[in-house]
Amino acid sequence: MDWTIFQHQYMQNALLAGFCAGVTCAVVGVLVVTMHLSLLGVCIAHAAFAGALMGVWLHFDPLLGAVVFSLFSAALVGPLADRGELSPDSSIGIIFSLMLGLAFLFLGLTPGSRTEALNLFWGSILTVTRQDLVFLLATAALVVGLVVLFYKEIQAVICHRQVALAVGIPATLVFYGLLFATGVTIAVSMRSIGGLLIYSLILNPAAAAFQLTYSLKRMLALAALFGVLSCWVGLAASYLWDLPAGASIVISSAVVFGFATLCSPKRKVKQWVKPRTAN
Amino acid sequence: MDEAVIRIEDAVVSYREDVALQGVSLSVRRGEFIGIIGPNGAGKTTILTVINAMGRLEHGHVHVLGIEPHRADGHRLRKRIGYVAQVETIDPRLPISVRETVMVGCYGRLGWFRRPGKAHWARVDEALELVGVAHLARRPIGHLSGGEYQRVAIARILVQQPEVFLFDEPTASIDPQAQRDILDLIQRIHRQYGATTLYVTHDLATLPEACQRLILMKNGRVWREGPRDAMLDKILLKELYNGLDRAYPGAGT
Repeated sequence: MDWTIFQHQYMQNALLAGFCAGVTCAVVGVLVVTMHLSLLGVCIAHAAFAGALMGVWLHFDPLLGAVVFSLFSAALVGPLADRGELSPDSSIGIIFSLMLGLAFLFLGLTPGSRTEALNLFWGSILTVTRQDLVFLLATAALVVGLVVLFYKEIQAVICHRQVALAVGIPATLVFYGLLFATGVTIAVSMRSIGGLLIYSLILNPAAAAFQLTYSLKRMLALAALFGVLSCWVGLAASYLWDLPAGASIVISSAVVFGFATLCSPKRKVKQWVKPRTAN
Repeated sequence: MDEAVIRIEDAVVSYREDVALQGVSLSVRRGEFIGIIGPNGAGKTTILTVINAMGRLEHGHVHVLGIEPHRADGHRLRKRIGYVAQVETIDPRLPISVRETVMVGCYGRLGWFRRPGKAHWARVDEALELVGVAHLARRPIGHLSGGEYQRVAIARILVQQPEVFLFDEPTASIDPQAQRDILDLIQRIHRQYGATTLYVTHDLATLPEACQRLILMKNGRVWREGPRDAMLDKILLKELYNGLDRAYPGAGT
């Protein structure tokens, strides 16, 4: 392997972007996976995608559109699920299909070349700009900082939401905070990883860590490690075999999940020993 | 002892087209142990959610520990109320241990930005010892049986150090031996802490002997209320449970 590749600015930027997106997506992923809201990541990713495409169509910053749409979808999904009028999976499914419809509508309305729009599909981690990196670093610092600062409230809400409410924790505020953090993470990471691929980076490292430990702190650390590993292995595979970077990252994260599931102590069943009979 | 710590006046609660409470009034003195009984759907659980401000009041007034929770911040009140619900289904892979689950009881009073210290963990270990599950402290919460889980829930409200205990069918769906153990535990902590206790059950076999007063609920209303022995009359109970024989096991025939 030609190691000089890592001396190039674009590869250093890609590795840094992979580090930030890997950590942030995985940390947010642990929260949604523990709350059994995995589909939420899929829904918000499509909302961010629709918002970014609206930005491309109307010539404003796609990142702004992605942030607004993802926060809007998070704000819609929460109350729909909370009021019990719809089950969480139904409300997420409805917003998801609406956002997908809007994404294709904006794509269809975009005149001329659709290269920028299509880049949002697959992501372009090898061409991240300095501005993208600043946003990714800021989001990673914000999400990790919030999780450290409000760890006890977050743990209570994601594991025992009703109990958290009953002991006087503002559980609804914490829950919506988590939804908004998910929205911002997805919106900011989307340009690097891709609108159709980002939720794999949310779910796979978190689901892999979920297989390996019962400790939330260890789960967050493992998920972040798996997220970064998926990004860097994906980038290396992309360089070595000339593959699309976003797709390689997602496949790497799925492989990590596969290994974690195979090694999971949670899957092990205690050996049953047949009692000896007298004869 | 005579001070009313809970006062409910003409409370109405509805869940969409169903009216769960229809003009319920109730007063509870400090240190009392109140039993609330009645058939399913009578509004027993709703009364508890009105007291701890987790349910939404359509009409009426509620005063708990000097706070009108439906006007003020409910979180402030809930820090002072311990609530144990029925056994719930827990994901066996949930990333939280028994010890951490009990610690959640401290979080409301701790408030934002403060972390639990050694004294809090010592209080958690003491509570686990008291409810008899200290040996399960490191186990994932999802790996416990129903009876063990309820003991952990009781340990959680002990570390919360509340002034009011609310128990909502805490012995439902657990085996008879575990039911007896939980009942003994609830009565012991009521005596030890002297807190005001409200205990909801539809099953008279799980009504604690320590109940001083009983509220009989039917169709979202307080149907009868009075001293425990007077309320455990066989004919009264038959009428409460719509003709079904539901004699209290300890009562004479």
